[in-house]
Amino acid sequence: MKLNWHGIRAIYKFEMARTWRTLMQSIASPVLSTSLYFIVFGAAIGSRMGDIEGVSYGAFIIPGLIMLSLLSESISNASFGIFFPKFSGTIYEVLSAPISAFEIVAGYVGAAATKSILLGLLILLTARFFVDYQILHPFWMLGFLVLTALTFSMFGFIIGIWADDFQKLQVIPLMVVTPLTFLGGAFYSINMLPEFWQKVTLFNPVVYLISGFRWSFYGIADVNVAVSLAMIFLFLLLCMTGIWWIFRTGYRIKT
Amino acid sequence: MNSIISVSDLTKTYSGGFTALKNVNLDIHEGEIFALLGPNGAGKTTLISIICGIVNPSSGSVRADGHDVVRDYRMAREKIGLVPQELCTDSFESVLATVKFSRGLFGKAPDPGYIERLLRQLSLWEKRNSRIMALSGGMKRRLMIAKALSHEPKILFLDEPTAGVDVELRQDMWSMVRELRESGVTVILTTHYIEEAEEMADRVGVINHGRLVLVEDKNTLIKRMGNKELLLHLAEPLERLPESLADLSLELDESGQQMVYRFDIQSGETGIANLLRKLDRAEIEFRDLQTRESSLEDIFVGLVRGEQKENDRAHGAGE
Repeated sequence: MKLNWHGIRAIYKFEMARTWRTLMQSIASPVLSTSLYFIVFGAAIGSRMGDIEGVSYGAFIIPGLIMLSLLSESISNASFGIFFPKFSGTIYEVLSAPISAFEIVAGYVGAAATKSILLGLLILLTARFFVDYQILHPFWMLGFLVLTALTFSMFGFIIGIWADDFQKLQVIPLMVVTPLTFLGGAFYSINMLPEFWQKVTLFNPVVYLISGFRWSFYGIADVNVAVSLAMIFLFLLLCMTGIWWIFRTGYRIKT
Repeated sequence: MNSIISVSDLTKTYSGGFTALKNVNLDIHEGEIFALLGPNGAGKTTLISIICGIVNPSSGSVRADGHDVVRDYRMAREKIGLVPQELCTDSFESVLATVKFSRGLFGKAPDPGYIERLLRQLSLWEKRNSRIMALSGGMKRRLMIAKALSHEPKILFLDEPTAGVDVELRQDMWSMVRELRESGVTVILTTHYIEEAEEMADRVGVINHGRLVLVEDKNTLIKRMGNKELLLHLAEPLERLPESLADLSLELDESGQQMVYRFDIQSGETGIANLLRKLDRAEIEFRDLQTRESSLEDIFVGLVRGEQKENDRAHGAGE
């Protein structure tokens, strides 16, 4: 099958151009706020806390904090990317173009994931100024980073299609994803929780993302790394199915 | 003549139950300017949206340049450019970037030379680096056309192209549409400015309540359905028409100073001679007389009203 590469590239470039136009909001602001976490929880409070499984607290929270930014930025970039053309009416052009659903998603999700990955790497780089850390499995670290960015950009794309106002656009990232990330072991190991809550927290999908990502840094994990990877693939599959259904039915994009 | 767009038995019923198109059949000839007329809510935009892939049809099919718009959507859509009714643009983008985006989206490799010619032709080249939000309404309208033409389509849809546009720009737009047709582009425009259709179209389609009421060559339509009116300015006002003129198709205006006689131009016998004889016998004198041919607007209004009456009758019978 012949792909419309020019179409994918046009959407990708358009979305990336939006990132550079809004550099302060899309890159500088999340890097700054994550740096503040490093200063407060890593350098200031972290220095008074004991190591967790042999890793200093400042270093321990790095994967969780990167994941926190990665999830929220992937969702917000992808959801806004497709929501805004719907809101402004420019979606007509995408819908009337000789471009398939796969190519549309590749353009929007590809750009959103690229931004998130860049942001994640930038945060990682910034963390070096405040905290000393190591990456035991850099290949796996990149793998988790890319897979998570891709999966949550797809999730964001679905939210952007579903949302018909700005409030809906924000409600899932703020009311669901952020609490799940905070409670998903970004700042602690789930082994530190009482036994009952350790079991409950396993229903939180973010636990698996953070645990797998942290394993790639320090070789320590709350859950088996294979389970983490399987969970990411499961979520990826769910998002792909959701998007397939959206384009098949025209849900909220075609009447 | 070759059909570049072929619509067969097209029906669209929205999820709320409203049927916007009812069994529409239409062929648009290659290289023509086709005007689709209809009152608001008649189904014009739905028809265009289905052809362009924005709305899914409920049943029926559409072929563009021989390609089915659903099954073979890539080939079909490559041939089509759409200028929507609303000025939908990304305000923060530059003129050049948005036109390049449109070309890429439609699968065409970059061609800076073509884009420059296009923007120059539409008097937008000087504004190529301006943000869209800084453009005037007229420039935005031209930009929408530039975006629609960026991938060199064979078919161009203009949905209400001159809605809210000043007279000067409207004239510019009309001449641009003619130039496009001369370059081989088939233009389909929807409008409720009858003047626009009368000025530009080769053929006219009238749509009302989702049904295509007629499709006809514009001049033939005016000839076939047109009536002529003979206006008589009376020397002395009349209170009412005399009995001797009651059998004629005559109307007296409110002031009593003007009579209007309607006749069919297709008919061999117009009845004018008979009217003049009767006026003479009735000793009614007139100062001036003139004839007026019905415009496309008169025909359109007549058709739409006729449809409405038929619908009302059918509705009444149903009850």
